[in-house]
Amino acid sequence: MAEALLSVRHAKKYFQTKNGLLHAVDDVSLDIQKGTTLGLVGESGCGKSTFGRVVLRLLEATGGEILFDGVDIRKLNKKELRKMRNRLQIVFQDPYASLDGRKSVFESIAEPLIVQKVFADRLALEDRVYELMETVGLAERLANAYPHELDGGRRQRVGIARALALNPEFLVLDEPVSALDVSIQAQILNLLQELQRKMGLTYLFISHDLSVVKHISDRIAVMYLGKIVELADYREIFKRPFHPYTQALLSAVPLPDIETEKNRILLEGDVPSPIDPKPGCRFAGRCRFCTEACRSEEPVFREISKGHFCRCLLDCR
Amino acid sequence: MERTTGRYKKRSQAQEVWRRFRRNKRAVAGLIMLIVLLLCAAFAGLIAPFDPNKQDLVNRCAVPSMEHWFGTDELGRDIFSRIIYGARISVSVGLIAVSISLAGGVSLGAVAGYYGGASDNLIMRFMDILLAIPSILLNIAIVSALGTGLQNVMIAIGISSIPGYCRIVRASILSLKEQEFVEASRSAGASDFFIITRHILPNCIAPLTVQATLRIGSAILSCASMSFIGLGIVPPTAEWGSMLSTGRDFIRNAPHLCTFPGAAIMYAIFAMNLIGDGLRDALDPKLKD
Amino acid sequence: MEEKKRELLEIKGLTVQYHTSDGIVHAVEELSFDVEEGKTLGLVGETGAGKTTAVKAVMRILPDPPAKILSGEIFFEGEDLLKKSEKEMRRIRGKQISMIFQDPMTSLNPVMTVSEQIAEVLRLHGKITRQQAYEKALDMLELVGIKRERGKDYPHQFSGGMKQRVVIAIALACSPKLLIADEPTTALDVTIQAQVLELMKELKAKYKTSMVMITHDLGIVAETCDSVAILYAGQVVEYGTREQIFKNYQHPYTKGLFACIPDLFSDSNELTPIRGLMPDPTRLPEGCRFHPRCPIACERCGKEKPGPVETEPGHWVRCLAAAKDWEGGNACG
Repeated sequence: MAEALLSVRHAKKYFQTKNGLLHAVDDVSLDIQKGTTLGLVGESGCGKSTFGRVVLRLLEATGGEILFDGVDIRKLNKKELRKMRNRLQIVFQDPYASLDGRKSVFESIAEPLIVQKVFADRLALEDRVYELMETVGLAERLANAYPHELDGGRRQRVGIARALALNPEFLVLDEPVSALDVSIQAQILNLLQELQRKMGLTYLFISHDLSVVKHISDRIAVMYLGKIVELADYREIFKRPFHPYTQALLSAVPLPDIETEKNRILLEGDVPSPIDPKPGCRFAGRCRFCTEACRSEEPVFREISKGHFCRCLLDCR
Repeated sequence: MERTTGRYKKRSQAQEVWRRFRRNKRAVAGLIMLIVLLLCAAFAGLIAPFDPNKQDLVNRCAVPSMEHWFGTDELGRDIFSRIIYGARISVSVGLIAVSISLAGGVSLGAVAGYYGGASDNLIMRFMDILLAIPSILLNIAIVSALGTGLQNVMIAIGISSIPGYCRIVRASILSLKEQEFVEASRSAGASDFFIITRHILPNCIAPLTVQATLRIGSAILSCASMSFIGLGIVPPTAEWGSMLSTGRDFIRNAPHLCTFPGAAIMYAIFAMNLIGDGLRDALDPKLKD
Repeated sequence: MEEKKRELLEIKGLTVQYHTSDGIVHAVEELSFDVEEGKTLGLVGETGAGKTTAVKAVMRILPDPPAKILSGEIFFEGEDLLKKSEKEMRRIRGKQISMIFQDPMTSLNPVMTVSEQIAEVLRLHGKITRQQAYEKALDMLELVGIKRERGKDYPHQFSGGMKQRVVIAIALACSPKLLIADEPTTALDVTIQAQVLELMKELKAKYKTSMVMITHDLGIVAETCDSVAILYAGQVVEYGTREQIFKNYQHPYTKGLFACIPDLFSDSNELTPIRGLMPDPTRLPEGCRFHPRCPIACERCGKEKPGPVETEPGHWVRCLAAAKDWEGGNACG
């Protein structure tokens, strides 16, 4: 197995709320190999975005280890962390909210370079910004444009250029194409793949859209209520989904295809609250295979075939 | 890649703002009104036809005439000249008091909003205390502690209007700091100071300009009421507020004693409000064109 | 398949413009489509294609100014809605035609209980007592899969999917003949989306309601629609039955749309995005509106405006390459 660039062990993030302890991320462990993409799928409120922020230490984890290149990010002091920020970056979902409306394209992209004092020379800084703009396919004339003057696709390109400014090795992509139209979505996905090939980047790709995740990922992790319920190679997970939740999720996607007959597994009810979850399997309340044991026993994350992990007591393939 | 020098020509922010401001007719009207006011204040000695403090007891409460454009007051002083001289004090009171409260309010609000927790509680509870005391009482308390005089009045007015700014800044920061561009900046390794000054405060400008321009007017009024109770401007110094309050006693027989200083105050406030609204729009790149 | 078709809604040559300070926005031009009784039409297009403008014109809820309906006819049960007075329209809206909006969070009133909101529509359009309306409202909630007891709850006590069910209950309360759904599931999670789509299909079958489904998701179209109109920059570029569009799409834009969607169950990982961006609606290109982004465009496309061509019965394509006199490159595979 190739070395893991990012290795998360038992990461936890709890939030104290008025009604109890919210288990946003609960005991998540995973590895991401250098140069590959891990897709993290889940529905809103499952904790996938919180996890992305915990990995970058934009949120402080409640427990666990986050090893990046062998160094535990949680143990770094402020100064070391700022240095580490060069290597880990994030691209956000909403390219409108993630850009400051009062900063031009140039200023937004230049900001990380200025913050980290990469260039002493103003001209070198400018060259780097224009180089970045070219890399992500932004015309030079847009340097002076403001975010509201750009369409969603171009705004997202600015977000990507900004994330690339410091030559990171690892990018958290938090729903980077969800706010875009399909034709623009495809352009951005292709750009991300091209950048990965050229620069050897490692991605954590967070999305609720299975088809997008499948397209870009090498391995896919499915998250439900703060826990990873299934983790496998992208082909494997679509061909042999093991966890009942994964099965339901896959069957729920409307396909642009009128030939295949779909066996839709409709889930009952809504996602339960992540506040003070009951013991046992988190999915038990909505699972069609649920047994007595599921309600009391916490399933372990086990390897069911090589590289295919699942958190389910039963074998309900 | 061929190396060229200084490819990025930043569209000058000031120029852009000025260009958008200029297109707003009302804002330009406000600016012209303010310039006239400032010129009056600066060249009062040249413009005023009379010495503002020269009494002419024979000509008391004279109605406006060719000689005394705005008439004379209860001591026979020329109201027009007093208003021209009064502009000096009123304008400086307005600007200085607002600057004091702006500086105090913005820094306290920024700390409270950005760091939250204990510092937030401490600062905001203190602001609540300030708000709980009627501002006139607070002004009196501060001035009696510091001693009378124009300078202390300005400080008192400045301090008593800090809570308003503080609340505005804190509220905008609370919503702004959750924005993703702040998070993006943080993930690039930016320091808190950088984030507050480069991202958060520029985005607070709109509500702040409105508040500041409105407060200039009320600062002039507060100064007037302080003068009225004898803690502000010492007679016979010409000042709009004190002119207004002394004129009140004569409002039945000589209404022009109140009308003209009142109109002057209104003029100043109106000009500031027009400018404030224009600035708010001009400073927002989203409202361009 | 020679049964007698009955058109419930017929739109002919609808042209809507917005007059703004930036110029004239050509929101919708020469739009024509029909909705058969009991059938569902899918309106597909990207942001700014004019989908919402088109249905707002049907409801006559376009803001005027800036919107101006320049020409066209909208027949609903044989009567032109554009000739109706505002008073007549009020009787049609909500009773004959009702609409579901994209965001269930903002389309419910936060200070009224959900049963009150359903009862309100009922009382607006029928002469029934408060008590009857309330009972009917609870029936409607049950119909969309919400327990009767929850009628006295407020919107914020419901999840997103549940709120959308309430919105559907309101829309169906007066048993409308036509239901317009504007991206009804875009704000919902996939598993919840599946529930809501299933519910809509059931209710449609039960009440034989006709539907216009606005969406950008071809997957939803494949599942719910009987016919499809593909919109691009305010024009219908392709229009036909579901089978015609999915099996025999001919317009280069439709083709591009299909090529943009990652396929869930195949191993191929190639996406072919449509190059370029949507044109600025105030400065639309000359000739065919799609030609600057079209992979097969030739010189003629930049000059001539293509009209709709019927390539097979009921299948219309607005492309020069679909016409018989085309001599350029291979049309659309």
